[in-house]
Amino acid sequence: MAKSPPEINAGSMADIAFLLLVFFLVTTTMDTDFGLSRKLPPPPEDDQEIVDIKQRNVMQVLVNANDQLLVQGELMVVEDLKEKAKEFIANASNAEHLPEKKATEVPFFGNVMVSKQVISLQNDNGTSYNMYIQVQNELAKAYNELRNELSEQQFGKSYDYYVEIKDKDRVKAIRKVFPQRISEAEPKDIGGGNE
Amino acid sequence: MSKFKKSGSKALPAVSTASLPDIVFMLLFFFMVTTVMREVDLKVKMNQPEATEIKKLENKSLVTYIYIGEPSDTKLHGTTPRIQLNDAFANVEDVAGHIEEKRHNTLEALIPKLTTSLKVDRNTQMGIVTKVKQELREVNALKISYSTLEKVEKDL
Repeated sequence: MAKSPPEINAGSMADIAFLLLVFFLVTTTMDTDFGLSRKLPPPPEDDQEIVDIKQRNVMQVLVNANDQLLVQGELMVVEDLKEKAKEFIANASNAEHLPEKKATEVPFFGNVMVSKQVISLQNDNGTSYNMYIQVQNELAKAYNELRNELSEQQFGKSYDYYVEIKDKDRVKAIRKVFPQRISEAEPKDIGGGNE
Repeated sequence: MSKFKKSGSKALPAVSTASLPDIVFMLLFFFMVTTVMREVDLKVKMNQPEATEIKKLENKSLVTYIYIGEPSDTKLHGTTPRIQLNDAFANVEDVAGHIEEKRHNTLEALIPKLTTSLKVDRNTQMGIVTKVKQELREVNALKISYSTLEKVEKDL
């Protein structure tokens, strides 16, 4: 009569599992990466045409090596850049010196006047990265606020909400009214830096 | 009359801990699956700038990281900002190779979704960043993300 083998004590199973659990708890880095997404222009081609853009359609933003900001020829602090950019992009008052507008057919909105704005950003080789990001951030904020305002007006919900729920049609339409056009010129060694 | 009184006289039975290992295992698997081991040892100082208009980078397996900043060990490597790819310092010319390598290891259909995340120290000068950006343009790695921290709004 064979004796049935004794059962293995599984009482320590929990301890072992706990040990492993603690190890993974400690090593886990739930760092999510956040950032400003941008698209670089494709590499220059030889037979590239030089596109003429009218002066009034371009907002010149220059940053020098001392992290000073020059917008449309005026010295400015970063905090004021957003308002200036919003005014420029929207051109609500149809001012002479602000960008031209062109009637465009946009879904949901019908025929809207879309401004032909371009923001030209140029920085020095000595500009600090922090300043560069602040400027990029303010410009992005200007676009996002305009889009949000437009979306609130038209749909009653913010643009961010439609991005969140991935309503592609509405997002596309709003983007068509306020397209983000930030052009980055090749940086210059204007000087002022220590390089 | 007292229908419910009977049970009170008995000693309270011990709570069964038989399901404890199961619960713990469940947690264990959760953490095992979500864990991402830190892939590189940072050799440069990394004090990222803050921004508000930021997006979360999705699909980490499709992201290439480029670190730029002042070396942590300034006695050994000096204070000029350097580029770090994987675990070593690199030159601007090595960026193209790094991107190619990543592309080689990615399914062809997913290649257009590859993103380059620039993790740059806030005190770095733009010169080196621009050189890297030009290099990325050359190899057609056009989707980039300037990695930043989330800024807490003060005026709310």
